Amino acid sequence: MPTLELTNPAALPADWRDLVALTKPRVMSLVVFSGLCGLLAAPELPPFVLGFTAILCIALGAGACGALNQWYEADLDAKMRRTARRPLPAGRMDRQSALHFGVGLAFFSVLLMGLATNWFAAALLAVSILFYVLVYTVWLKPRTAQNIVIGGAAGAFPPLIGWVAATGHFAALPLLLFAIIFLWTPPHFWALSLFIRSDYAAAGIPMLPVVAGVPNTRRQIFLYSLPMAAAAVAPWPLGLAGPVYGFAAAVLSFVFVVLAARVLANRGSEPAHMDAEKHLFAYSVFYLFALFAVLVADRWLAQ
Amino acid sequence: MAGAVKFEEEVVRRQRERARIMALLLGAFVVLLFFITIAKTGINW
Repeated sequence: MPTLELTNPAALPADWRDLVALTKPRVMSLVVFSGLCGLLAAPELPPFVLGFTAILCIALGAGACGALNQWYEADLDAKMRRTARRPLPAGRMDRQSALHFGVGLAFFSVLLMGLATNWFAAALLAVSILFYVLVYTVWLKPRTAQNIVIGGAAGAFPPLIGWVAATGHFAALPLLLFAIIFLWTPPHFWALSLFIRSDYAAAGIPMLPVVAGVPNTRRQIFLYSLPMAAAAVAPWPLGLAGPVYGFAAAVLSFVFVVLAARVLANRGSEPAHMDAEKHLFAYSVFYLFALFAVLVADRWLAQ
Repeated sequence: MAGAVKFEEEVVRRQRERARIMALLLGAFVVLLFFITIAKTGINW
């Protein structure tokens, strides 16, 4: 047994709590919820255990993305106050363990999805993991201010995967759900990045507020909220959802656009004067939860 | 010397904890596979 001191915790086997933290459980909750809604909104439901397994696989795939993201960005995370206490930058775990954990989780989730539901859903899950890790984390995030626009597609996959796991094929509604999350991601992340932009600047990540400035980012947030609202309401006039969803989506989206307009009108440039941005960020999380919950409720009411 | 003993104790504690969690997860996985098989083969109880 080596006589190492406890001053180097990374030399120890990783604590299971740190392995859980690698999976970004809070991000995972929204991913799981949207995947579950995609599955529950499908016209035919699989047996309970297969539906449960599909959602479990989506959760594990999201966990793999979180672990691989933290493995790749450990150096950047160390430079940002928000992320400096994560297991890798805090030195509680070695990088290789995080890599093995992430890759293992990714393979396991895809294989289990294929065996339990169908290989189309498994392929979509694999594409979403690869897209998040390779296209977003490795390629876009450190290079372009549009990182979150294109990278947002990775987070938009879960409802599509949930639907395909249940039915085995695409349809218009899950593609619209994909579009809603895709268009929701930029205003959601840019609202956050406005009031923590000094963190991103310190880490050298070219988020929009760092590269294009605060007023331009506020304009982009507002502009993106408009097609997002249109996509959110669209299932109703297209006959893919009922009036309950249509009314709720219209009200929820109207509030979103109003909050985005408040962000546009805000002139504060310090985080202390960015209440409008903080409100929009908090509301955006509630918005997606509420919108998807109402969609499922509406589909079940119609049956 | 005290540091080495503490290190060993911590390694053993973490290994035990992880082994216990791994055993639980493997048990849950076996149960899950059983029910997946039942659902896929369409057996009604």
